[in-house]
Amino acid sequence: MWSVRNVTARAVRAAGLLASAAALAFAGGVAGAGAAVADSPSPSAGASEGGDAAKGPTEAGTSFRTATPIALDQRATASASTGDYLYWVLPADTGQRVTVKAKVTLPETARHGAATWQLDVYDGLRRRQACQYGVTTKAAAKDAGTVELSCTLRTVRGWAEQWANDPLPGNYYIRLTVVGLSQEDLGQPVQTEVVASATDTGGAQAVDGKLSAPLVPGAGTASPTPQPSASAQQQAAEGAPDGGWSSGRWSDRWVWTAVGGVLAALAGVGGYRMTRGSGRPAHLPPGA
Amino acid sequence: MITRTISKRITRRRLAAGVCGLLAAMTVGLSPTPASAGEPVPGAAPKVELTLDVSGSMRARDIDGQSRMAAAKQAFNEVLDAVPKDVQLGIRTLGATYPGDDRQVGCKDTKLLYPVGPLDRTEAKTAVATLAPTGWTPIGPALQAAAEDLKGGDGQRRIVLITDGEDTCQPLDPCQVARDIAAQGIHLTVDTLGLLPDAKTRSQLSCIAEATGGTYTSVQHTNQLRDRVHQLVDRTAHRVATPVKVQGAAECASAPELKPGLYNDREKFAEHRWYRVDVKPGQELRASVSIGADRAVNNDYGVLLRASTQHGREIVRGSEAGDGRTDVVSTGLRYAKSEVASSDDAAKDAPETVCLQVSNSFAAGPSVKTEPGLPVELAVDLVDGPHNASDVASFGLGRGWWLLGALVVAGFLGGLVWGWISRWRITVWRTN
Repeated sequence: MWSVRNVTARAVRAAGLLASAAALAFAGGVAGAGAAVADSPSPSAGASEGGDAAKGPTEAGTSFRTATPIALDQRATASASTGDYLYWVLPADTGQRVTVKAKVTLPETARHGAATWQLDVYDGLRRRQACQYGVTTKAAAKDAGTVELSCTLRTVRGWAEQWANDPLPGNYYIRLTVVGLSQEDLGQPVQTEVVASATDTGGAQAVDGKLSAPLVPGAGTASPTPQPSASAQQQAAEGAPDGGWSSGRWSDRWVWTAVGGVLAALAGVGGYRMTRGSGRPAHLPPGA
Repeated sequence: MITRTISKRITRRRLAAGVCGLLAAMTVGLSPTPASAGEPVPGAAPKVELTLDVSGSMRARDIDGQSRMAAAKQAFNEVLDAVPKDVQLGIRTLGATYPGDDRQVGCKDTKLLYPVGPLDRTEAKTAVATLAPTGWTPIGPALQAAAEDLKGGDGQRRIVLITDGEDTCQPLDPCQVARDIAAQGIHLTVDTLGLLPDAKTRSQLSCIAEATGGTYTSVQHTNQLRDRVHQLVDRTAHRVATPVKVQGAAECASAPELKPGLYNDREKFAEHRWYRVDVKPGQELRASVSIGADRAVNNDYGVLLRASTQHGREIVRGSEAGDGRTDVVSTGLRYAKSEVASSDDAAKDAPETVCLQVSNSFAAGPSVKTEPGLPVELAVDLVDGPHNASDVASFGLGRGWWLLGALVVAGFLGGLVWGWISRWRITVWRTN
């Protein structure tokens, strides 16, 4: 998987090597894009605080309905009791591969046994999502100070068949809880921390087709007629990614195909010229 | 790391704008997110009732060197100072008035110290200050009374139960009381805080919490008690969508018809229930279901959500299974009804009735009560159908070195052929 940048860089190199005209056309495209950079919307205030992951909410929800919305690259913290089910919800858009990392700081008081912590990720339809990599369940020894869990989801695609469980653009719920512990340790205070980041997979995963609305709870009811009962939290979650949901029209496949077209044209000109020799013979008089 | 990701995203956006001229995408980016308009909804004021144990055992001095009662009072004072303004708060005591030995009387000893309503801090604090550890620990009756206090309105409700011991008023099982309260469908959560870390208290309090989707905390320090109560009161202030009560039927024909929204129901062990949703052509049905494990259930469990036609043909299903400790087990499905090609307008827009079947494969030991059933939360949504793919790749576009190579070869061959044809034509023209 390449990032868009890598791909464009490679594409530029290839184009430069193969045909200068193609490279020019492509560079023109990039430069034009560059001009648009200046007025592009600044990333959200939370993210622009920079440094390490920006500070996020300090609370977590306790169910799907009450899940606390977080943004990508936001460090959400929550103090909780051992045994609580903690929920956060984050937006993931087409082409993103989301990695969720969680860290649990266990109570300092003497514990009675090992504790097994688990991180689960569910999509907007509350379907459990598989993790490609990462440790989602981990046992912490009796004297361990922290437990770290992570889960890398599959790449979010723009469309999937309705029978498929593929990750689709929309909300993703993170659930963090202890799944195994000795009863004496129930209710002890813990500190939890969750951060989700995403890498862009570029056009390799760009598919045709598109959902009419991202998988967000209440997507059909909330947008045309805002329901009075719709919560502020839920609405915040709906607005989700910085700059809104992507239209799904753009992928680097446009660049590849356009460069391919230019190269094909140049090759065509080259082929044509080959059949014509090196041009009109010099000894022929004009008009002959 | 962030900057890189952001710049990547920006690059993508820029490219989009620059190459395709999709400046519209930028305006989308600039437009504010759907306002988190926290406008108060009439009748939906969140309510919370702090239920404090004032039984004799609260005299024990084992929390940061002071008595449990003193710790609770101190925590209450600090919490009362910081109650969010739209939260209606009440305080109930248990075991505060009757010091005697008569169990009958002692087990009815629960009193509303401060009624649920807009908070007058001074008044509430004065009321708390008068408390002295006295009597029995009637948790069950106190929960029932607290649920009664919180009736009315349709906002979030929460009981915060602070106690130092198990219920002394058997046979009324407070855990069963809590489950019954939750089954009334009044969106009530009981969060419990135990001041004594012994096994009986813990199992009883965590059972109460589990039965209502609440939390259990074991308290050892005053500041821990304060922070936790404060956190719980704050949580109540967050507005959440409240589900509507519905009762599924045993078969699709008599099932209730659901509009898009959030519903709750109860389902017994290994039972299934049917609901109906009307889906018009060109619409997509999205349904999710969560079944809660609100009591001690067997280790392995599952949930199945099926969409089928009225004639019983299964269209699509979502299923999930798991094992071990869990709060809910959830699944969901999508069903996009395709447009009907018909000249008849009525037939074109005629909705299809989709039957939704929610079944669970929870089980429990013989000692576990099966009434009321497990809590079911069902979310139904109808959106416009997806734009289906005519080709796997985005707009049928290509990508990669093979594509470039193929295009170059094809272009070159095309050029050659074109060149030969034009040469041949010139030759023909010359000879003529």
